[in-house]
Amino acid sequence: MDIALVSLALSLLGALAALILKGQARVITTALIGVAACLGAFGAAIGVLTSGQSVSFHSALLLPLSGVDLTLDPLGAIFVAVTSLVGVASCIYYIGYARGESGSRLTMSMFMLFLFSLLLVPMSSSVMTWMFAWELMALSSMLLITTEHRHHTAARQAALWYGVMTQLGAASILLGFLIMAAPAHGQTFSLLELHASGLSSLERSAAFVLCLIGFSSKAGAVPLHVWLPKAHPEAPSPISALMSGSMVALGIYGIIRVGETLLGGGALWWWMVVSSLGVMSALFGALHATTSTDIKRLLAYSTIDVMGLVLLGVGAAGALAVTGHHEVAHLAMVAALLLIVAHSAFKGCLFLAAGAIERSTGTRNLDQLGGLLSRIPFTALLFAVATLSVMAIPLFSGFSSEWLLFEGLLGGFVSHNSATSIAMLVSVIALALTGGLTAIAFVKAFGIAFLGQPRSINAAEAMEVAPSMRVAMFILCVPSLVLGLAPGSVLPLLNRASNTGLHFHSSSPLARSTSLILLSSRGSMEPLLILGIALTTSLALWGVLAKIARRDVRRVASWSSGRDVLTPRMQYTATSFAEPLQRVFVDVLRPDNDLDVTHESESRYYEQHLAFLNRVDDTIESSIYQPLINAVRRAGTTALRVQNGSIHRYLALGFIALLVVLVVLA
Amino acid sequence: MTLFATAPLAYSIGTSFLQVALLALGGPLLLGLMDKLRARAEGRRGASVLQPLRDIRKLMTKERLHAHFSSAVLPLAPIVLLVATVVATAITPLASTQPTLAPSADIYVIVYLLLTGSIALALAGLDTGTAFGGMGSSRAMTISALAEPALLVAVLALSIQARTSNVPAIISRTLSHPTMLSSPTRLLALVAILIVVIAETGRLPVDNPSTHLELTMIHEAMILEYAGPELGLVTVASAMRLALLFALVANLFIPWGIATNSSLGSLAMGSLWLVIKTSVIAVGVSFMEVHRAKLRLFRVPELLAGGFVLSVLAVVTGLVTR
Repeated sequence: MDIALVSLALSLLGALAALILKGQARVITTALIGVAACLGAFGAAIGVLTSGQSVSFHSALLLPLSGVDLTLDPLGAIFVAVTSLVGVASCIYYIGYARGESGSRLTMSMFMLFLFSLLLVPMSSSVMTWMFAWELMALSSMLLITTEHRHHTAARQAALWYGVMTQLGAASILLGFLIMAAPAHGQTFSLLELHASGLSSLERSAAFVLCLIGFSSKAGAVPLHVWLPKAHPEAPSPISALMSGSMVALGIYGIIRVGETLLGGGALWWWMVVSSLGVMSALFGALHATTSTDIKRLLAYSTIDVMGLVLLGVGAAGALAVTGHHEVAHLAMVAALLLIVAHSAFKGCLFLAAGAIERSTGTRNLDQLGGLLSRIPFTALLFAVATLSVMAIPLFSGFSSEWLLFEGLLGGFVSHNSATSIAMLVSVIALALTGGLTAIAFVKAFGIAFLGQPRSINAAEAMEVAPSMRVAMFILCVPSLVLGLAPGSVLPLLNRASNTGLHFHSSSPLARSTSLILLSSRGSMEPLLILGIALTTSLALWGVLAKIARRDVRRVASWSSGRDVLTPRMQYTATSFAEPLQRVFVDVLRPDNDLDVTHESESRYYEQHLAFLNRVDDTIESSIYQPLINAVRRAGTTALRVQNGSIHRYLALGFIALLVVLVVLA
Repeated sequence: MTLFATAPLAYSIGTSFLQVALLALGGPLLLGLMDKLRARAEGRRGASVLQPLRDIRKLMTKERLHAHFSSAVLPLAPIVLLVATVVATAITPLASTQPTLAPSADIYVIVYLLLTGSIALALAGLDTGTAFGGMGSSRAMTISALAEPALLVAVLALSIQARTSNVPAIISRTLSHPTMLSSPTRLLALVAILIVVIAETGRLPVDNPSTHLELTMIHEAMILEYAGPELGLVTVASAMRLALLFALVANLFIPWGIATNSSLGSLAMGSLWLVIKTSVIAVGVSFMEVHRAKLRLFRVPELLAGGFVLSVLAVVTGLVTR
């Protein structure tokens, strides 16, 4: 625990340093302190994961009335490790990234406080500590979203949406905790767990649902996701990386902690709800990712999609645990955790790379990029690795985790419970469809941004970003490769975390190996051997080609349908690339198309000017949230009639209220 | 049903080599056969069955031409496509149930290896910076993205019957319980998989392999800028992919003939049966092509959605009747 406490203290020291120091010294010192804090936390987390021993800390002095309770157990340690991994990269990235507002005193200190709270949440082991860390996380990240509000007014809207959603979520979580804490006569998690069996099933369900609302909103689960595609793009890129890689995952952590550990698994329908949230999020996120043209918005929707898949794993694990299929439940939980670890690395890397693209070209709009591969090859390569990971290409981390998830869901069919079977079937369908949609979204992201001809002058003149930013992206690429080639190497750690999370202890469903080998059903996935076959084939192919094919290459003009030149504007854009798919899912996406044609005055057969606009809004936002906001606004306007500025009326109202109170009390 | 431990290493590696060699040669021949049958059915004489092989040999020795603005992705994509297809061929049980990595011959792995190839070609289409390339990539990715889930769910129906997603195990179990083949699950899954295979291999009514009409082409638009050895590689890989998918369908639904023990005699018989079964499917597909017009591009998703619904029904009937 000492190391963990030191790293928490270090991140607070970083916040202090950011307030005191000036200029470049502020950025470098703060970032380095942040790196040290993350390394310490990573070490502490790995220590707990390898030994399996939880460590705790209690201080009555630090927080008035309740004191601070910290426990680092294997489940929390996974999330601490994930946070510190993305944290190290974000801090290093920040050295080269900080400029203007993003290097300001407020932003830097909020960055450190955000990091502090992200490390604190998975360590909290009492309601008060948890809520303190949770709210600190919400407030610091909300301020970070507004960093560049002077240039991007959308940031203000985004922060407002985020603030409202996260506060409603926190209130809901607090209510859930209160229900649990009432019979426990205390507020530490161990007391809550001990007395959870004393709750009636109605109380337990109420507590779970309230917590689920708050946590799934943080995890970006549809329909509580609306803040996420607004907030992620507006925050500075290293903050987006932390939000997407770590903060969103803490929502999942909350669901596991409360549902499985504190409430002991509960009823089957809880996990059906979790699975349904997962299905909706996975499909909705993947679909919107394919139609987004803002690269960070695309990544934000992809985060919703991956968190949906994680929820599928958690839901399946919960449902199977309730129906008594412990080994498969364990498998699904390990798959969910592996996906969280893999996601934090590849999505962190993608957000950092998106920031690098924005820095090199000044835009996040895919329709203005193109040809970046030759201009910024290093960033392109790292972006490609992370992209292959998120598309679940074999040999990369996304594939390992999705394969495990698929096996977990397939194993779930052992249960003859029809509700579970239907949940598994729908989950597999969602997983399969998401795979295809994600491939479209990321072929589009990489192909349109990095290949072809540049679509704007800025893209044609893009320059590679600062070395520190490139190092940071590289750091987050490593886990994608390691977890892709030797996913089995982290399994013992994930097993411990899964056993802590679930309320039973099950032996590992996978053999001890660097590959993934299932023990219960026949089947395995051995990336190193697949790589071996691929390398042998490539070598043989190279040998054959070197013999028979010519080496010299002649550059020729591409086929331009008989015209003289091919201009960059003739290429497919991100919008046109996704158009066929948008047409297929027109009922879900409800795109807003606008074609404006100005004809020549001489003849209507010739156009003077053509303008085409395609917009895809979040349908859930426009069909659920907008009417809700309008209703609240109308209620507010109606209530405003009471407030007409007359002091007499206010006094009369006060008098009536007093009378009513007296009558009620009497 | 002792499946994985028995095969000696040399046998399983040899099987993989044999399968790759069979499909590398047989794929182009299959294309030639289908063209020939189609020509005959239309009252033409048609080119020799060997024509695709001759074309490939010629392409391999021609000059390499790359479009302006294209990057390293253009020459790399055919290699990635070919390697992914070879890996999938090497691990899929085609001639024998015991190729290298039989324990890893998971349907999820095979589907994603095929998707890897599609993605490589789609990126190459975008790499040339032309309107055609982008058009082809966009259409091909849309079709792949809708077809591969249907394939995955259809095979899931078989997986639930066999309680594993491992293809050799599914085939062995089918051999030992042949009544499974006439179950409604199998029949629904068969139709779904056939639709997917037609879409994935770019045959009529989804895509017309012999057209260069810009409004309708999909695969051809994507590879329009390829010439010489690179085009040769793309052709070989696409032909192998076609043969692989046909052979997979053949083995999932007509499993007899596949070698189940590690003797050389049964392997030879397995290869022979593989050639026969795959050719039968190719004949069937090419006759269907003669009688079908190409679907409008935006009707294709409806066909694929149909396939998807059938595959879901296959799983549901499987769950109800188990």
